[in-house]
Amino acid sequence: MNHQETHPTPSKTHGKTCIIIGASHAGVNAAFALRKEGWQGDIVLFDGDESLPYHRPPLSKGDLSAVSNGTPLKPEKSYTDDGITLRLGEMIKSIDRNARTVTPQESEPLHYDKLVLAVGASPIIPPIKGLNPSEVNPETSQLTKAVFTLRTINDVKRIKQRLGSAENKKVVVIGGGYIGLEVAASLNKMLANVTVLEREERILARVTTPTLSSFFTDLHTRHGVNIDVQKSVIAIEENNSTEPPNIENSALTVICDDGTRYGADIIIVGVGVRVNTALAESAGITIEDMPIEKGIPVDHTAKTTDEHIYAIGDCTYHHNPTYDRFIRLESVQNAVDQAKTAASAICGKAPHYNTIPWFWSDQYDVKLQIVGLFEGYDDIIVRKETDKEQAFSVWYFKGEKLLAVEAVNFAKAYVMGSKLIKDPSKQINKANLSNPNSEFKPASILMQ
Amino acid sequence: MAKITFITSDNESVTLEGQSGSVMELAVSNGVKGIDGDCGGVCSCATCHVHVAENDVAKAGEASEIEADMLELEDNVTEASRLCCQMEISDALDGITLTVAR
Repeated sequence: MNHQETHPTPSKTHGKTCIIIGASHAGVNAAFALRKEGWQGDIVLFDGDESLPYHRPPLSKGDLSAVSNGTPLKPEKSYTDDGITLRLGEMIKSIDRNARTVTPQESEPLHYDKLVLAVGASPIIPPIKGLNPSEVNPETSQLTKAVFTLRTINDVKRIKQRLGSAENKKVVVIGGGYIGLEVAASLNKMLANVTVLEREERILARVTTPTLSSFFTDLHTRHGVNIDVQKSVIAIEENNSTEPPNIENSALTVICDDGTRYGADIIIVGVGVRVNTALAESAGITIEDMPIEKGIPVDHTAKTTDEHIYAIGDCTYHHNPTYDRFIRLESVQNAVDQAKTAASAICGKAPHYNTIPWFWSDQYDVKLQIVGLFEGYDDIIVRKETDKEQAFSVWYFKGEKLLAVEAVNFAKAYVMGSKLIKDPSKQINKANLSNPNSEFKPASILMQ
Repeated sequence: MAKITFITSDNESVTLEGQSGSVMELAVSNGVKGIDGDCGGVCSCATCHVHVAENDVAKAGEASEIEADMLELEDNVTEASRLCCQMEISDALDGITLTVAR
């Protein structure tokens, strides 16, 4: 990232207010980027979560198994130093676009000159009998105490509290996506007895191809996690609602549509997220209703259909120039880079959001790094490294054009893939790439 | 315990004392400008790139394989480059100077 150190039109932003709703990766980075870009006015950062803004990716990884109160994105002092007002534990009730105000749940409306929506997404609660809050009595039910989603530090604390010692506890994870698998790996490390139930015929079905799915199935199976696919959960029942709750004897039963049943002391639901559109929607900001999900559409400067309102991070539906299509991303990369784009635009510059998405996942001792988007590929090359254990990479092409690389324990492939997607003028020698005896270096991987 | 000096891109020098954890965590928790640590310290983002002062290279040790690979994503990478999320604070690092790469 190149930062221009020029401070544009400071006089124009003096005395103005930029409000940011949502203090996770996107919102926090936007606040600091605004100062860096020369915003002279107030910056107010709201979040319903009371914790000092923290990293979310570790929640399903190390934070679950370690003693952790979360990893702060920035120390409190940095907010003070940069004149960023943190209003944590405060939800925003409504936005009035005409008056240009936001109204927090329990205080007076606040004027904004620019508003940034970094509202993120929330875990989906699937239509499973027993999970609908209206059918459950929270006073007597084990369900509300033993079924969790994982998106916040409080979720992690509640899960840990419920588990106590995880050893030999029966955990059922509903959903074999990255979050579900990372949770499974973390709880397995804590000696829990973990089963992952996936509705599709393979785990990670929505986000990758069979090569990686089967690698992770084997990895988890080897560690003792039970992965069952084509298991559509239809109901969760309490085993003995009349007896006092006793977590030692599976309090719950998970029932699938094929009749299989699993005992569970604790259930983690990880079946994806939905964008938090309600606030924007009620303010009359255009929402894109895609076939399976909603998002807040933004232009190349991260601006919504309202010229004073920007949106960044997981909640946005935006155009990606490299892949020439509209996408929604759930990633730190998009959160940080879109935050910088919005801050630059708000400070009067003319940015054009143009990045190549990247992701990572850590499970056990395996590091997965992904660059690019594989959708639309017509050719796959799987390259195994013969001199390294469990190291391989999956290369996705459309014709000769490289679309994406998934690298397992092999950062070299991730790095080279990043460079080659950025610079499509270099052509890849597919024969050498797929030959494990051909050295992994530009001289052999690239056409000369 | 180690005292580590960071020099930021605006030539500010700050010396911090760390007990444990990574050098990146020490820098971030003290608001050292230019050390972002976007990935939280798992060698995935290369936003904690520093140049180790010439005399301290031996003290700081060499980059691991994955770290060296990830550094390739950075522009002004040199022999003295490290991703400081991969540098564990210990007595061995006492007195070193790191320049934030930008």
